[in-house]
Amino acid sequence: MKIVVLVKEVPDTYGERRLDLDTGLLDRSGDQVIDEINERALEVALLVKDQDKSTEVVVVSVGPDQVKDALRKKLLAMGADRAIHVVDDELAAADALKTARALTDAVRGESADLIVAGNESTDGRGGVVPAMVAEFLGLPLLGSLSEVRLTGAAVEGTRVDEEVEHRLSAPLPAVVTVTEKSAEARFPNFMGVMGAKKKPLEQQSAGELGSVGTVILSVAERPARAAGTIIEDEGDGGTKIAEYLKAQGLVK
Amino acid sequence: MGILVISGVDGIVGRTAAIATALAAQVGDADAILLPHTVDGRELAGRLAARLGRPVLADAVEVAVDGDRLVATHSVFGGNFTTTAAAEGAAPIITVRDGEFDATTLPGASTVDAAGLAASGAATDATVVSSTPIVIDSSRPDLKSARVVVSGGRGLGSKENFAIVEQLADALGAAVGASRVAVDSGYAAPNLQVGQTGVAVSPELYIAVGISGAIQHRAGMQTAKTIVAVNNDPDAPIFEIADYGVVGDLFEVVPQLVAALKA
Repeated sequence: MKIVVLVKEVPDTYGERRLDLDTGLLDRSGDQVIDEINERALEVALLVKDQDKSTEVVVVSVGPDQVKDALRKKLLAMGADRAIHVVDDELAAADALKTARALTDAVRGESADLIVAGNESTDGRGGVVPAMVAEFLGLPLLGSLSEVRLTGAAVEGTRVDEEVEHRLSAPLPAVVTVTEKSAEARFPNFMGVMGAKKKPLEQQSAGELGSVGTVILSVAERPARAAGTIIEDEGDGGTKIAEYLKAQGLVK
Repeated sequence: MGILVISGVDGIVGRTAAIATALAAQVGDADAILLPHTVDGRELAGRLAARLGRPVLADAVEVAVDGDRLVATHSVFGGNFTTTAAAEGAAPIITVRDGEFDATTLPGASTVDAAGLAASGAATDATVVSSTPIVIDSSRPDLKSARVVVSGGRGLGSKENFAIVEQLADALGAAVGASRVAVDSGYAAPNLQVGQTGVAVSPELYIAVGISGAIQHRAGMQTAKTIVAVNNDPDAPIFEIADYGVVGDLFEVVPQLVAALKA
């Protein structure tokens, strides 16, 4: 069994995240981390490896040079066996389609049984790249799974929509994307951190990305909210809120 | 302009690859293909993009015609930034955020019912093993589109206490939301989660009860027109964005508010 996990570095959601107001592109000056949803995606793969030690888990990422450090310190330390890092100046402002082309080129030769990705990144929240990769590779996609199970030659999972819970299945090889309910990521232990230093991390450039893409035309920052009225409750806090809501015309 | 608006996407689970194939044959030289930004809508968009070599503008909150092209507006980082973007090199596929925009109002828009397409099974499709309806309380408005949302967080302390949030919501005719902590602790159902990884809401009025206002929660509600907060911690970050805040015991303040609203 070989499992490829698609991962991405994003601005830490615990910090203030910004766009560059000149280019509309991500401002990478703040803390950058492997997206939490990708740690969960890797955990899904590692749970399979826990059961079957012969499983090979490969993490694949597209991003600037610094991403290699996070791949090694976080994901190889958690237990992935190898990392492939696509790093290319051509990818600096790549949209979803170009990113998917670059990922597909990196993944195709791996002939993975299962490709796992997060359902959407915390920064772009587009959630379309895994479907593009699935289509490029001619594979089924089970999207937004809250549970993933491998059953021999198939992958099964649960997807909870707003009104329906679906159990879905697809033959391997397949692509799945997972939600934040899928798994709690393990922390790298000391052995993992030490072992990660010796694991293979291959950097490669992108293949042909094409001229089709998206272009950002404008970017604007929302003005900060004006300071509100904050009061201490002196026994009449609930009444005060009701009065405020009435004064604002929000309730009759 | 020839704009294809794809409808019926919520009825295609397990047939997405086949329908993408059928749609790809119908698209021709359409100036844009618009889809809902749902799980299946995104899969269709991604598959169509790969198949047709068209770029995707994902999660648009508004789409407008600008000369001979379409421009999509995106709300980024919980509404902290707004960008506009367009396709280059090929006409776009655009996924539209739920409830934000009626694509059929665009000039030259025509609708294609995805669910009704004669799409024979594709080798790359998933099998639906089972589909179980989720019983939801339909007496309250839908969270995404509600005019008023009342959300509860860690401060509620238990599933039983979360009823206080529901009582306030019902007094206001509001939808119920919850912080991630409240969901993870089992106080509220997962589909009620508001925030970075849950639903993003932008109501007229958002009332945060016992929610500290972690940055991930704010990413899902900070574009609300009016924000009211009740929390016992004066340093809770929710007060930084609240229009009106009460520092106090929610178990005192909220029942009093409910009583005042009913009076």
